[in-house]
Amino acid sequence: MIRQDFHQVDPKRRATLDHKKKQFAAPVYKQQDYPHRLNFYEVPPTAEITLEQFEQWAIDRLRILAEIEACSYRNKSPAETEAHITPLLQKYLPLSSNTSSSLGATDQRLKNERQKDHYSHFILRLAFSATEDLRRRFARAETMLFRFRFQKDDSRERRAFIESLNLDWEPVSDEERRELSEHLVNATPGLRRVDEESWYKVDWERVPELVERRSVFLYRGKAYVPGREQLSMIIAEFTARLERSLELTSRALPRLDEDDRLTPILNHLSKNFGSAESVYSEGEGFVDGAPITAQNIDQLSQHFPLCMRSLHMSLRKNNHLKHYGRLQYTLFLKGIGLSLEECILFWRQSFKGFTDDEFNSRYKYNIRHAYGDVGGDVNRRGRGYPPYSCQKILGDSNPGVGQTHGCPYRHFSVDNLIGLLQSTGVSDRELLRGVREDVEKTRYHIACNRVFEWTHKAEIKRVKEDGTWNQTDLDTIVHPNTYFKRSYLLKQVGRAPKKA
Amino acid sequence: MPHSVSPGESPSHRNDEEVLPDAPPTDATPSGPEEKESEATENDTKDRLADLLFDDDDDDEFPASSAPDTKNENPASRDAVDSSAPQPAHVDTDTMLAFYQRLFPFRYLFQWLNHGIVPSPDFGNREFALTLQNDAYLRYQSYATADLFRKDILRMNPSRFEIGPVYNTNPRDRKTLRGGQMKPVSKELVFDIDLTDYDDIRSCCEKANICGKCWTFVTMAMKVVDTALRDDFGFQHILWVYSGRRGAHAWVCDPRARSLPDDRRRAIAGYLDLLRGGAQSGKRVNLKRPLHPHMSRSLEILKPYFAQTTLVDQDTFVSSEQAQRLLALLPDKALNDALRKKWESSPDRSSTNKWADIDSLAKTGKSSTLKTSTLREAKQDIVLEYTYPRLDSEVSKKMIHLLKSPFVIHPGTGRVCVPIDARKAEQFDPLSVPTVTQLLGEIDAYDAENPSNGAGDAVDGEGSVPNDSDVRGSRKLQDYEKTSLKPYVDYFRSFIAGLLKEERGGKRERNEDMTEVKTESMEF
Ligand code: SF4
Ligand SMILES: [Zn+2]
Repeated sequence: MIRQDFHQVDPKRRATLDHKKKQFAAPVYKQQDYPHRLNFYEVPPTAEITLEQFEQWAIDRLRILAEIEACSYRNKSPAETEAHITPLLQKYLPLSSNTSSSLGATDQRLKNERQKDHYSHFILRLAFSATEDLRRRFARAETMLFRFRFQKDDSRERRAFIESLNLDWEPVSDEERRELSEHLVNATPGLRRVDEESWYKVDWERVPELVERRSVFLYRGKAYVPGREQLSMIIAEFTARLERSLELTSRALPRLDEDDRLTPILNHLSKNFGSAESVYSEGEGFVDGAPITAQNIDQLSQHFPLCMRSLHMSLRKNNHLKHYGRLQYTLFLKGIGLSLEECILFWRQSFKGFTDDEFNSRYKYNIRHAYGDVGGDVNRRGRGYPPYSCQKILGDSNPGVGQTHGCPYRHFSVDNLIGLLQSTGVSDRELLRGVREDVEKTRYHIACNRVFEWTHKAEIKRVKEDGTWNQTDLDTIVHPNTYFKRSYLLKQVGRAPKKA
Repeated sequence: MPHSVSPGESPSHRNDEEVLPDAPPTDATPSGPEEKESEATENDTKDRLADLLFDDDDDDEFPASSAPDTKNENPASRDAVDSSAPQPAHVDTDTMLAFYQRLFPFRYLFQWLNHGIVPSPDFGNREFALTLQNDAYLRYQSYATADLFRKDILRMNPSRFEIGPVYNTNPRDRKTLRGGQMKPVSKELVFDIDLTDYDDIRSCCEKANICGKCWTFVTMAMKVVDTALRDDFGFQHILWVYSGRRGAHAWVCDPRARSLPDDRRRAIAGYLDLLRGGAQSGKRVNLKRPLHPHMSRSLEILKPYFAQTTLVDQDTFVSSEQAQRLLALLPDKALNDALRKKWESSPDRSSTNKWADIDSLAKTGKSSTLKTSTLREAKQDIVLEYTYPRLDSEVSKKMIHLLKSPFVIHPGTGRVCVPIDARKAEQFDPLSVPTVTQLLGEIDAYDAENPSNGAGDAVDGEGSVPNDSDVRGSRKLQDYEKTSLKPYVDYFRSFIAGLLKEERGGKRERNEDMTEVKTESMEF
């Protein structure tokens, strides 16, 4: 089973699928025509495509969404995101305007692009409707993609597209506009004269951001929105409709589970975006040639990010860890390349005060499960669960009393956090002040990166100067396993000045 | 899909965890049961992967909130402040029980939350949280009918109880559900005004104490909020309730308000929110001009209150310390110097005079640079800073937030949390709200005067049999009707009647919505 690379399908499965080019939706053979470049994805696809197309298109779109998510998670500005995404879109999911072809919307090339965009969206809907978390992330990434394209769209085509949507925005009559003109001007920032704009009345719930910022006139439950707020309203509408459809899809899913040709593909897709962090793939945290064994963990722990370091410290202190801590730590250790056998050995030795029988009956199974050595088909095929990303750890529930999992930057009180940092030798006053500030602004992973940069500043300087590492190698860390790997490699720089 | 692991696949070792004697340092404050449980709801909606996998131990101690969240998450946090205040006689358990037996309007409360007479999920899936006499806090209680509700309250005899959201399923079943399956689906939009948030600007009382003078802050806040909710957001069914000591709650009961998701609640809270920063920070109101219509309207409502309450009753700026603060909010140095000089020479100058000084000195041209509009705007900001509602907006932002039920007894004051008619908000006097002891005395007094009304029988009449028998002249009086609680219950009944009327009209519409959703394409 190949999991590292989602471009590849299991060869066995491919063999059985290749000759079965079956339709995957309703058996109506109907080619839709796509008069507009943009799509609200209201109508599901109905034409046949091959399973290869099914998978490839979905993978191409997934790439884009994963990159978009990564950009937003790394706090990239819209301009930076645009620079990053544009070439990728061109490559994997081009979508041209009607004006780009002399034939306009009837050009077969445009049709193909639009079909791929349409179908891949719906395939991913299936893959990502299973859990609330996936749905939320999918809707977010899709919304960003839509916004991006919407803003780029040719303004005439955009207007035609909006008209085609039949949104129930009630235009404000001239008379009403005149009556309300003072209120409209006062409520709407950046407006000089009311007749500069055309106005719409919508339920206020549709423009929550405007309401929250007190930037819109409200009267008896209606918001009076100027034409230029169309963008945010269209976007909100897009998100709202998508969220609702995802909800509906999730309820329809059990039926689809029975289609055994699609399920594995869908599982595969969601896994690559899903509980695994999209910016991290299996094996990414491995360091070739590093001596990763149970014996060495103590020594290696100097390279661990604070979340894992603190788990390690309390494990050593208490000879025990509670279950979420064990899970978080086990997956991390798996991610740095500790083998299952070594991992079991590590826990066995760490849990002093338990007999072998006790250990085996209480803990061993869970470790094996985390490695995908036992459990159901899905679990084994997926080699257990992927190591948690910062996003996952940060987003998780607050640890309870006596629990140690989570991210210290997020889940510790500031004083405890600072204490912990100091106990690991991080005591620079200026740095700690920065950490406090980050934490106050809830930019936890930035605090973590700040600490990383400080503790590795000599090495970072060096690899930058000698040009062995480029900026992407030093991108913001968003995964504990990346933290480890980078730390480990940087500290090796003195001995072997080249990165793995 | 990683999340579709069936429960059968997860190992179950249920005997795992011992409690560690020396738990490592985390920030998790040892927390009361309320925080644990209220966090649980949020956790339920999160990814339960770990639970499926490691479904083994310490479930009970699992969700505790971290310190920063505690204030927001803990619906009882306000009352924690209470305990630092002087405590009047506590209500003893017998008195409490007698109150529930004879006076508490269970049936109306049921109708209010049920939105009809026939028991529906609106009531059955509604969460109640009981604070017992020993301070234990029981969340996720629910009741199928008004009778079961009443029976259980009589049995538990809680010192008070709170109302949470309606869930998509019975909250008592939450343990048997897979994670994330219990979701809140509706709750009234609520607001909380509390006089402790006004401590820096009320000079008459502090902490838990109130008097008629400072209660006016609550009155003006109610006016501003109520007007905005009606005129701007179009809500009509807004129930204001005295919180029993020094604040008021609003329950917006319109169907449209009840189903608002959290982000829309946040939007309203943000719309109404004005003051930024605590008492220590500088100018807390910095409005852009022109003023948003909500702000200019609020300003008109508040100006007379500023003139009376702030300048006269509180005489807020009489002390030199407060006068300093006032100066800090004014924009012009030359003017400030002139004012400071004048006020220093007559230390007892009243707030009204000081406020008038601002304009008169500005007119005599102490400053050449100051524009009239700048001064006017600064003064507007000041009026708002000293009178605009100070809402605890966290309460409003989340559907799952619990709020104390109307008509329970405030344990500190013994007063009933009675509804307030917002149209007559000025007439409401918190200090004349009946206490439970007083009410029970009124029943006895009435029964003594009217022996025919069979005191013995009345014990079981819970004060709220449906409004059937007004026509029957010889009807036996409900106990509440013998007391000064009657006008409040009557107001509550009329409020419910208005709400139910709208519900009956609206139900049909919503049913149509439902069918529309169902017929939508499910292919994808
Ligand atoms: S930010 Fe990420 S890597 Fe750093 S401590 Fe938190 S969870 Fe660990
Ligand atoms: Zn007072």
